[in-house]
Amino acid sequence: MSPAPVRNPSPALPSPHGTMRIALFITCLNDTLFPATGRAVVTLLERLGHRVDFPPEQTCCGQMHFNTGYRRDCVPLVRRFAEAFAGYDAVLTPSGSCAAMVREHHGRVAEVSGDERLSAAVRDAPPVYELSEFLVDVLGVTDVGAYFPHRVTYHPTCHSLRMLGVGDRPLALLRAVRGIDLVELGGADQCCGFGGTFALKNADTSVAMCTDKVRHVLDTGAEVLCAGDNSCLMHIGGALSRLRTGVRVMHLAEILASTEKGPVHGAEEPSPASWRDTERTKTP
Amino acid sequence: MTIRRKEPEMNARTEVLDRIRRALADVPASERPQDVPVPRRYSHGGAPPTGSAAAVELLAERLAEYGASVHLVSTQDAASRLGRLVAGLGPGPVVVPRGFPPEWRSTLDPDRVLTDVPALPVAELDRAGAVVTTVAAAIATTGTLVLDGGPGQGRRALTLVPDVHVCVVRARQVMASVPEALAALRPARPLTFVSGPSATSDIELDRVEGVHGPRTLAAVVVT
Amino acid sequence: MNDATFLGMPAFPAAAAGALRDSQLRGNLARATGTIRSRRAAAVSEQDDWEHLREAGRAVKERTLRHLDRYLLQLEEKVTAAGGTVHWARDAEEARRIVVGLVQDTGEREVVKVKSMVTQEIGLNDALADAGIDAYETDLAELIVQLGQDHPSHILVPAIHRNRAEIREIFLRSMGAYGTAAPADLNDDPRRLAEAARRHLREKFLRAKVAVSGVNFLVAETGTAVVVESEGNGRMCLTLPETLISVAGIEKVIPTWQDLEVFLQLLPRSSTGERMNPYTSTWTGTRADDGPRAFHLVLVDAGRTEALSDPVGRQVLNCIRCSACLNVCPVYERVGGHAYGSVYPGPIGAVLSPQLRGTASEVDRALPYASSLCGACYEVCPVKIDIPEVLVHLRARVVEDGRGRLVPKPERLAMAAARWVISRPARLTAAQRAGAVAARLVARRGRVGRLPGPLSRWTDTRDAPVPPAETFSAWWKRTRR
Repeated sequence: MSPAPVRNPSPALPSPHGTMRIALFITCLNDTLFPATGRAVVTLLERLGHRVDFPPEQTCCGQMHFNTGYRRDCVPLVRRFAEAFAGYDAVLTPSGSCAAMVREHHGRVAEVSGDERLSAAVRDAPPVYELSEFLVDVLGVTDVGAYFPHRVTYHPTCHSLRMLGVGDRPLALLRAVRGIDLVELGGADQCCGFGGTFALKNADTSVAMCTDKVRHVLDTGAEVLCAGDNSCLMHIGGALSRLRTGVRVMHLAEILASTEKGPVHGAEEPSPASWRDTERTKTP
Repeated sequence: MTIRRKEPEMNARTEVLDRIRRALADVPASERPQDVPVPRRYSHGGAPPTGSAAAVELLAERLAEYGASVHLVSTQDAASRLGRLVAGLGPGPVVVPRGFPPEWRSTLDPDRVLTDVPALPVAELDRAGAVVTTVAAAIATTGTLVLDGGPGQGRRALTLVPDVHVCVVRARQVMASVPEALAALRPARPLTFVSGPSATSDIELDRVEGVHGPRTLAAVVVT
Repeated sequence: MNDATFLGMPAFPAAAAGALRDSQLRGNLARATGTIRSRRAAAVSEQDDWEHLREAGRAVKERTLRHLDRYLLQLEEKVTAAGGTVHWARDAEEARRIVVGLVQDTGEREVVKVKSMVTQEIGLNDALADAGIDAYETDLAELIVQLGQDHPSHILVPAIHRNRAEIREIFLRSMGAYGTAAPADLNDDPRRLAEAARRHLREKFLRAKVAVSGVNFLVAETGTAVVVESEGNGRMCLTLPETLISVAGIEKVIPTWQDLEVFLQLLPRSSTGERMNPYTSTWTGTRADDGPRAFHLVLVDAGRTEALSDPVGRQVLNCIRCSACLNVCPVYERVGGHAYGSVYPGPIGAVLSPQLRGTASEVDRALPYASSLCGACYEVCPVKIDIPEVLVHLRARVVEDGRGRLVPKPERLAMAAARWVISRPARLTAAQRAGAVAARLVARRGRVGRLPGPLSRWTDTRDAPVPPAETFSAWWKRTRR
């Protein structure tokens, strides 16, 4: 069977002129709630011999506004994004859905705004890569030298899976992690029910979807649920925590950054207590 | 009454067409339908070749998968095998359409045969036990038999009301694909594509055979 | 049974909440959609050129829609030349009036019907009943819905929300009132249930003088109408009566006979997961020696030209009503079809209904939000309707139409505030600090548990993360500069 075409394939590789200038787009959610993921990305890239910049003018890709129908509110965010990352060779982000937002929709937002200069700026902006794409396609690595001796299951988030078409890249990266016991997640390609404002506007349906995802996670017996989007992990993890399941959620970057020296990476202070780090308790 | 309706309908036609043209304001006036490309990179068939043993085999396999009984017979044996098959069916008259090949018809029990000349009333079709016809074409990939109302196939009601439908297919009529069959068929004729006996997926979305159409479909493929 | 029946229903979030509490319904839906998903996947995986077929299907539809006036005129000419009569209806009311009038002209008081989405959409059965005409649905699932005085909940299988035991109950209870009763020893074996439907409808088919059908495709080049079905009830209706009235949305036309080869491969595999459905009938006008003597084709607009006028929304008119998007949709699977408040449920309904009916009602404004935008629908759509794109496009329409009016004020304020905050790094930093302080005040043992107010929609069932003491940008600033 001919493969389904990928909507927003991993962009063409940046031209290899000297050292690549890589910018990290942390995303507003990760910046605020999941900084450990950002620190893990930096640790990982530096371990692989690459320097990462963090343009301080960045804020948000505009996904929440765009997907909820507030298109006009998106325009300044798209402009800010294009300005903040202008001049880099590549933008790397630890979020499949934010990468998809930039790749699929920024051009359209700019076009609808009627601002020619903005359209041009979006066109000229550097290619944006989700973490697994960047590692596998741009850096050409699958074994990043990680060590993580735990039972892990991987949830392919919808936008990574269907809008970016990251395919098996995250699994290839995880399989190369030493010590990992990677177990397959049942119903993996089913949405977890997060969906941005969907989780609030249709909370009942969202929770029903999440409940089934949680059941599949528990069926694996995994200690850790891994994904490439903290938004989905916040949703599934919130339910795992409420149910006192003891299953932790971790972003792909955090597993890949882990080594024999330990899971705490690049942080001068340990990650503060949050439900993500809660001690494992017995499932009722 | 007819006259009362006529006028608003004329207006409706004009208005719907006007609405369409207004809705398509973004389509350049100079654009012709063929300017909108339709890539036809899908398979147009050809393999296995029409009438080949492989095509017949595939047809037989696919028909059987959907619950039809399939009998592969040689030309010499065709008549006697058909006669035995029909004789073994349940009771009731056997309907045969106009133009059914006489060499095959002759093997059927004359006391049971009902010819659709003149056209049989529907109640009589309902009392019939079976109908025996030829086909216009067959599609191997999908396990489909196509009837076009031509000689030996009869009008559509004949193959619908009786509970058993026996189809005689000649190997040279067996094509691989849907595109090949559609190209060979004549759209002006009333066509019926039959893929297995009547079935439904309406109970829990699983397939169950046997609803309103013939509940038994038998294909005799003459190779 | 029509869209009017759904009026007065609550908008999606509330309707869904009700459906989610029905464990029988959820079980029925999960089983049925699970079955059909794997059947479809198997049928599609053996078709090597599937993606090429999808692209051709999409392109044929695009060509058709961009030149729709021309193809409809060609169709009208060919159908008329072949002995049929073409009628045009601007809206549902006009379509109902035409069909009722055509039936009255025959002098008959009953019609048999083949399952048709458009006749449900226009509320034809109620109009026929008002005119003293009995309309008998003959599709098994439609029969179940009609006998159960129920609403359809799926495009292909309107009674998907019913399991075999419930179907048995409905047959035993109601068949007798409308004709041949179900046998007293009827059990819930699907074969026996199908047999009961066969016996119940047989006499109606054999005596019917008028049939009403929908169509799957209309070929402009030849004037040919196409009905794709499984049970043979379609063949009965298309073949035995003297008068056939087929009702079709104007988007059902396709340009050429060759184009049909694309859709006859896409539809069965997408819809029932079969290589080919048991029966497909095609007919062109009327014939002296076969089938109905009179053929009427009623072409219905009823909002389709509105959808056509939106270059993004237009693609929903590609839809061939296969229902693959319903079967893969995680939202549909859990809430069922009734929550969508329309005869068109599921992802396609969420983008079709608000375009056909407009976004004036609360139900239609809620529909574009009835999706997590997971994209599974687009992946399976045989004509490549980008449903997530249209959902987001319609959300924007709801917001734009509703600025200062229809969108709830708290949401508008929240979105405006969020934009204000995230459009400047300094503001974001300030908000992050304030949020962290607030969250730490309510957190217990590293968790944010149940909160009051609108945030309860999250925290009633999910813990919220506690913002860490230091954001990433603060960490970067502190360690890297």
